[in-house]
Amino acid sequence: MNLIEKHPIIDFKHGKKVTFSFDGKEMEGFEGDPIAAALHANGVRIYRETPIKEQTRGFFCAIGKCSSCFMVVDGVPNVRTCVTPLKVGMRVETQRGKGVIAMDAE
Amino acid sequence: MRQTEVLVIGGGPAGLSAALEAASLGCDVTLVDSDLALGGQLIKQTHKFFGSKEERAGTRGFKISEMLLEELHGYKDKIKVHTNCTATGYYKEDGVISCVIGEEKYFRIQAKKIVMATGAQERLLPFPKNHLPGVYGAGAVQTLMNVYGVAPGEKVIMVGAGNIGLIVSYQLMQAGVEIAGIVEAMDKIGGYWVHAAKIRRMGVPIYLRHTIKEAIGDQIVKGAVIQEINDKFQPTGTEIKIDADIICMAVGLTPTCEILWQAGCKMIYVPQLCGHVAQRDMNMRTSHPDIWVAGDAAGIEEASAAMVEGRIAGVGVAKSLGHGNASEQAKRLEDYKGRIADLRGGEVGQKICQGLKVCTVNQWEV
Ligand SMILES: Cc1cc2nc3c(=O)[nH]c(=O)nc-3n(C[C@H](O)[C@H](O)[C@H](O)COP(=O)(O)OP(=O)(O)OC[C@H]3O[C@@H](n4cnc5c(N)ncnc54)[C@H](O)[C@@H]3O)c2cc1C
Repeated sequence: MNLIEKHPIIDFKHGKKVTFSFDGKEMEGFEGDPIAAALHANGVRIYRETPIKEQTRGFFCAIGKCSSCFMVVDGVPNVRTCVTPLKVGMRVETQRGKGVIAMDAE
Repeated sequence: MRQTEVLVIGGGPAGLSAALEAASLGCDVTLVDSDLALGGQLIKQTHKFFGSKEERAGTRGFKISEMLLEELHGYKDKIKVHTNCTATGYYKEDGVISCVIGEEKYFRIQAKKIVMATGAQERLLPFPKNHLPGVYGAGAVQTLMNVYGVAPGEKVIMVGAGNIGLIVSYQLMQAGVEIAGIVEAMDKIGGYWVHAAKIRRMGVPIYLRHTIKEAIGDQIVKGAVIQEINDKFQPTGTEIKIDADIICMAVGLTPTCEILWQAGCKMIYVPQLCGHVAQRDMNMRTSHPDIWVAGDAAGIEEASAAMVEGRIAGVGVAKSLGHGNASEQAKRLEDYKGRIADLRGGEVGQKICQGLKVCTVNQWEV
């Protein structure tokens, strides 16, 4: 993970280290941190692809307002990963297009 | 359906202060915040704050948040807190607010009185490829590096040389990130002198009278082209290409007020307050008799003012519910109004006061 090691003012207190997956690849992050922050620490910048122009989107506002960081988490699409806490074993996937709600998935 | 006497939406300095004040006068309060932790913008601020002594000037932002949270701890029985909980809508028929915990768990809550303290949202500039991952809001960059200890990138182009642009640039350097340059459309730096001096000492290039023309990159940001502009903000042709993996937008904030619109509060565009805001009376009550507003949601200002506005709204709510005695309420209101007048006494405050004149009524007719 790419973390800030030395800081003149802040003494970072990280939570428990846990593993999760991103597009099938295993990664490490801190439990309780936003999923988006954990991905960023692992060098992931692209979180979704837009429905029509298929443009890439990533982190942007970090306050759950802008929709840029929507991803599929444990099968649920359009999850605001900047305000959703990371849990052990989470399955995080790049969202392509609008996403399909579980009810209609089959 | 859940019930509460007072619902405070937003747990930044304004919302925390409103909740604390209302609870201290005897109200039962529910406080919801969409973020994972309370404190709003404060938890990202590592610099020492401006303002007045009463509003803890000279204290680092995140320390002010810790103080408020400690005070909150003393009101465990009066203030129910939900984090990771977003207020999503106001239903006019019955005044019910819908909230969602996380992404899936909805509930409805009926409150006798509501304080809207939802803070602000960042502005973005229109330029080609501004959608690329790597174009981040300044607040987002601060969240990554100051709250979660994650370096946002290696090399940053900062757009905007107001206080936020300057402070975040300095914080990035403290976190070991390089600043490729600061781009500013005006012909002078907008932020406070102390912040500008720190940046200058570090030798960061500041491109005045420049704007961002386009981002470079296919899937993610690889840099940007910036361009000189004339005094009519028209491009003059001199382009500079800068390599960077982050373009950080610090071009201002605008109040978050969707729920106020939904509730039918009288709204008015006030440029000095950076957007549409709710009309309010001297105690922060909107044109809707059950809704108050405080902090950046009421107009972009500072944390110090947000805290005092929250306190005023808290007293206002308690008063309308008949909690606390009249002389105590009057004493507190007088104290807070004096404090906020002091805060707005300076040069920057003049602009705010002009804006407030436009959207403040003496008292709503009953
Ligand atoms: C870089 C920077 C430097 C600053 N420096 C200073 C300084 O030196 N001195 C100073 O006084 N001020 C400073 N400020 C300004 C100060 O941080 C803000 O004015 C202040 O935080 C505003 O407080 P608030 O409570 O209104 O909003 P915020 O702090 O933005 O809090 C709003 C809260 O509402 C929540 N929320 C929003 N919508 C919803 C919803 N629908 N449901 C639930 N919750 C919601 C958000 O998650 C957030 O926690 C600075 C700001 C920045 C960005």
